[in-house]
Amino acid sequence: MSTSSGTGKKRLIKSGHPPSRVASRRIALRAALASVGTLSLAGCDRLSRNEGFVDVLKSAEKLSHSAHGLVAGRKAMAQEFSQADIAAHFKANGTLVPADADYHALMQGGFKDWKLEIGGLVEKPMAFSLTELRAMPSRTQITRHDCVEGWSSIGKWKGVPVSHVLEQVKPLASAKYVVFRCADSMDSPAAGGDSKYYESVDLDDAYHVQTVLAYELNDQPLPVNNGAPLRVRIERQLGYKHAKFLMKIELVDSFASIRDGKGGYWEDNGYEWYAGI
Amino acid sequence: MNTITASPPPERFYRHRLPVRVMHWINVVCLTILLMSGLTIFNAHPALYWGQGSSFDKPWVSITAVQGPNGVVGVTRIAGRQFTTDGVLGNSRVGDATTPTLRAFPSWATIPGPQWLSMGRHWHFFFAWLFVINGICYVLYALFSGHLTRDLLPTRDELRGIGRSIRDHVLFRHPTGAAAKRYNVLQSLTYLIVIFGLLPLVIVAGMAMSPRLDAVFPGWIELLGGRQSARTLHFLAATGLLLFVLVHLFEVLISGAWNQIRSMVTGYYRVPADKETT
Repeated sequence: MSTSSGTGKKRLIKSGHPPSRVASRRIALRAALASVGTLSLAGCDRLSRNEGFVDVLKSAEKLSHSAHGLVAGRKAMAQEFSQADIAAHFKANGTLVPADADYHALMQGGFKDWKLEIGGLVEKPMAFSLTELRAMPSRTQITRHDCVEGWSSIGKWKGVPVSHVLEQVKPLASAKYVVFRCADSMDSPAAGGDSKYYESVDLDDAYHVQTVLAYELNDQPLPVNNGAPLRVRIERQLGYKHAKFLMKIELVDSFASIRDGKGGYWEDNGYEWYAGI
Repeated sequence: MNTITASPPPERFYRHRLPVRVMHWINVVCLTILLMSGLTIFNAHPALYWGQGSSFDKPWVSITAVQGPNGVVGVTRIAGRQFTTDGVLGNSRVGDATTPTLRAFPSWATIPGPQWLSMGRHWHFFFAWLFVINGICYVLYALFSGHLTRDLLPTRDELRGIGRSIRDHVLFRHPTGAAAKRYNVLQSLTYLIVIFGLLPLVIVAGMAMSPRLDAVFPGWIELLGGRQSARTLHFLAATGLLLFVLVHLFEVLISGAWNQIRSMVTGYYRVPADKETT
């Protein structure tokens, strides 16, 4: 852009006439458009690193969450599909096999020694083995898994509703969020420090009928790649909310003091806590 | 020279009212950011499918890279055909980097420039709200101010003149006198298609990708063919909007850019005199 306007100017001066008003306007306009183009691109990148500006952008998350709550109430159901819709291969994403030694020990023992702990703001902290969870009332649902990257996969899940498990431990009135703690470190476990995956939802989503602790995918025990022995399904939100390799469920009144305080591993890395969009 | 100085100064005509001007420039900002942040989101999984789920081995569109004899080459596949798009699609340099990066759309077309999905989403959803609110305001304004019936809906006579209008466009002949005060018939039909066709489609298809909005009435997104079809339609409608913008800018540039831009800033347009009077 700048080269073309430069040669245009040269040509006008050579011909002996001062640039006409229209021509100089045209040159100014062209130069302005070119610089607006480059400046605004660099500007967008700079704004993306400006905390105050990003907070303004992120204000849309609360707006979306409330608006979605109005049009799709807290009990609104995610679409369920038929057996024929199930994907030939359900795509596994994120951690495929945790590198953590303690997880490997559990996996080698066929998860016989694995227990799901439930604690935090509850009257009765408890722990359940896989056999105990399998003996509880179950729900089977064929749902579509939507990844934040854009793809979708349909699978059949069987598990115990989170609401059933919560009834056993009796959450205190002060409990506002359910935190899911996982076995998989997102950084190399050797690096030290806690980078284990975690997620959280509010009580509306926790008590939703389709929110289940799944131990089966497509009529088979949950494969390791998909989160064995147990993963949560939160069907009205994106895939990263559906924490895999569950170890512990914790009821809290705020997740501000957990890790970076955003309510989840990906949330701490800039993604929305409300992943219904 | 004498005839020019003797002719009356061109008529200044108040063509665009303030609400239309304000909403137009909000649209410019929103649409630019939405298109570019949308490409960042697309880049996170640069393939399109039809139906509810993704058939990973057979997308109908994908932008990827293959190993060629002289290194990696960016390619675009559309309906089974492969095109080399190296340097732009599939494999391109980010900023001043000397070596290319594997990415579907190049950094000059995305917001932010470097691949950064979470940030692209923040830009996209904030400006989507602004765009939708602005659009609702525009439609209400158009309905209640008479802008729709007065300016946008072509009259029967104008519709009959559609053949001449097409000829004028092809020959780059621009209206003068009284005709220059109104949208021409191709222009108003295009605006109507964009306002009541492409824009509602891009918004509804965008909403259909939200797992929570799918629960408003379970199964409603089957009307669009499923979630992956909705993602495809969202992309196609956005492509349609981009084409509209390019044609729109082209028409502005060749029909007296300064006069056109000024009229969208101040509202006043200098009406080109009819040929008979010059």
